[in-house]
Amino acid sequence: MDAIPLFFLLGFLARLARSDLKIPAQLYEALSIYLLLAIGLKGGMELAQQDALRVLPQAVSVMALGVLIPLLAFPVLFKLGRLDRFNAASIAGHYGSVSVVTFAVGVNFLVARGQDYEAYMPLFLVLLEMPGIAVGILLARLGGDFRSIRWGTLAHEIFLGKSMVLLGGGLLVGWIAGPQGLEPLDPFFFTLFKGVLCLFLLEMGLVAASQVPALRTSGLFLALFAVIMPVVSALLGAALGALIGLSAGGALLLATLAASASYIAAPAAMRIAIPEANPGLSITAALVITFPFNILIGIPLYDRIVGLIYGS
Amino acid sequence: MPNTHPCKLVVIVTEAAIEDELAADVMRLGAHGYTTMDVRGQGSHGPRSGLWGADRSIRMEILCDATTSLAITTHVEKAYFKNFAMVLFVADVGVLRPDKFVHHG
Repeated sequence: MDAIPLFFLLGFLARLARSDLKIPAQLYEALSIYLLLAIGLKGGMELAQQDALRVLPQAVSVMALGVLIPLLAFPVLFKLGRLDRFNAASIAGHYGSVSVVTFAVGVNFLVARGQDYEAYMPLFLVLLEMPGIAVGILLARLGGDFRSIRWGTLAHEIFLGKSMVLLGGGLLVGWIAGPQGLEPLDPFFFTLFKGVLCLFLLEMGLVAASQVPALRTSGLFLALFAVIMPVVSALLGAALGALIGLSAGGALLLATLAASASYIAAPAAMRIAIPEANPGLSITAALVITFPFNILIGIPLYDRIVGLIYGS
Repeated sequence: MPNTHPCKLVVIVTEAAIEDELAADVMRLGAHGYTTMDVRGQGSHGPRSGLWGADRSIRMEILCDATTSLAITTHVEKAYFKNFAMVLFVADVGVLRPDKFVHHG
């Protein structure tokens, strides 16, 4: 069994058992900077060896997927779940955007069994982060007052937020420097990566468990949504992966990205753009249910789905 | 004989998500400066542990005159009370070097 998801469980159980274990906020910040940069660099390095004409249509269709997912999620939350427009839109935006750590766990899943994938996938991670958030915000303001949106502040939050700067910046640095330029950084950014990911998952377990009390108020519908929506999105991601000619490994990662929900970039952006939405609901769904579901059950399940599509 | 001068201390405890906006508002409304700290605690929005991004809280302190204090509290009440976790209070304090905090004329 792969050790990485176990670290999440360790953190989760430790917090539930009221252990005094705590990852200092500064270390959490440092770990997330490291993870985002390492993922960006790795993707950029591979991107340098790719034909732009081949990647571009893939990139465009992946962004379209990022727009489609919140558009599917919104009516379900709004009509079926009877959430108000603001909460439905905010949650839809969280599910349209992506989780970097879920992606990293997906990569680890492939690496652990030696399966190949398009190593420039982090590019798609960057591209998927933003559209979902933007669509969520537009849905919230639909038919209402668009002037109340402070586009400048919001664009700044989305494009210059730390995750975009580190992922996008890492991608650029990796692309410019290429494999030779990054070779000296290899031990730090790539060899140590798995260890840092373990620490980060330990922290995610602590954080997720600390949000568990909010489950009581969020209701059964949201809990079901947080399990069913990722599977639907993963199906779309896997199908799109096959359609745009990704390898089975690449399709699994695209399915994982589609299934994941943002709990870092989206909450920060939504808090400013849709202050009427209750952040407790979206964070409970994305972090307490969808994130553990994806890393413990989802990824192996999506692997099966991809296997069916690719006939292996 | 005390060497301090009367001054208002405005304290805002709220979500870290709106720190930049709030700081801009406060300066626009006439404050000469502010001090912000990362904090954690619990209130009507449940525990805010400060463990990670969306759960972080700040405490902003502003020393200013009564007019500015009123402008800040009025604006903050209108702009943020409805949708954000927030505690706001004003205290009368004594400061040294009042020119640093108080408008004249």
